[in-house]
Amino acid sequence: MNIVEHITWMEALGGGALIGLAGSFLLFANGKIAGISGIAGSILKAKSNDRLWRVLFILGLVIGGFVIVYQNPNNTILIEVPSLYRSIIAGLFVGVGTALGSGCTSGHGVCGISRFSKRSIIATCIFMFFGFLTVWMGF
Amino acid sequence: MKNITSLIAGFIFALGLGLSGMMNPLKVKMFLDVTRTWDPALAFVMIGAIAVYAILFRLILKRESPVCEKSFSLPTKTVLDKKLLVGSALFGVGWGLAGICPGPAFANLASGAMNIFVFVAVMVLSMFAVKALEK
Repeated sequence: MNIVEHITWMEALGGGALIGLAGSFLLFANGKIAGISGIAGSILKAKSNDRLWRVLFILGLVIGGFVIVYQNPNNTILIEVPSLYRSIIAGLFVGVGTALGSGCTSGHGVCGISRFSKRSIIATCIFMFFGFLTVWMGF
Repeated sequence: MKNITSLIAGFIFALGLGLSGMMNPLKVKMFLDVTRTWDPALAFVMIGAIAVYAILFRLILKRESPVCEKSFSLPTKTVLDKKLLVGSALFGVGWGLAGICPGPAFANLASGAMNIFVFVAVMVLSMFAVKALEK
């Protein structure tokens, strides 16, 4: 195993802290867990008074994305966009997987682990392992 | 009010994703590529996020209620069921295939890249489908 020469650990720690702060703010203000797949996936079946905040959280993500893309184009998706087939298949796996598993990197990986939730710790180990495996196998 | 706070939370969340490098699928894939050239950056993202959230979470829960709602809505399930295990495995495969998880997928819509729209559309529709079938 080699490790990349330039580890962006400062940006990573700082960005991570911002993510933790955003999640804490959502909990403080609205009492909700900042799990992106849960927030988005339940938009349809949520009761009408439980829907708009979900849509606006996602909108906030997109607006924040705009700021990032225009401030720092080297750090964004524009470097490598997956092919059409890859996008469809990966989107399907991510959508079905996070809905079945009740969470993704944010809900299980950050919020759940912080709460010492056994379900989230196991879920994070599993999706990390299958992520490693998928890349290792050359897909 | 809860809608505005939610918008702000999403906005800050995306800034964190962007700054940390998680919006770049190549960087995510290099984190997952442990056996070749490993980029450990995303481990530091997790450490930073968990350090902040683990502390603030406990402080915030000392309150009777959140500011804009009557009560906290926290997950109550504790059982390790088959759905959790299978779902997480499937998600891991998708994450490895594209290097994109749900948060960065939405934030990356801002890039205007066509295939990101496709990814998000397929992802959201399949979430809705699973949730609809579960009932």
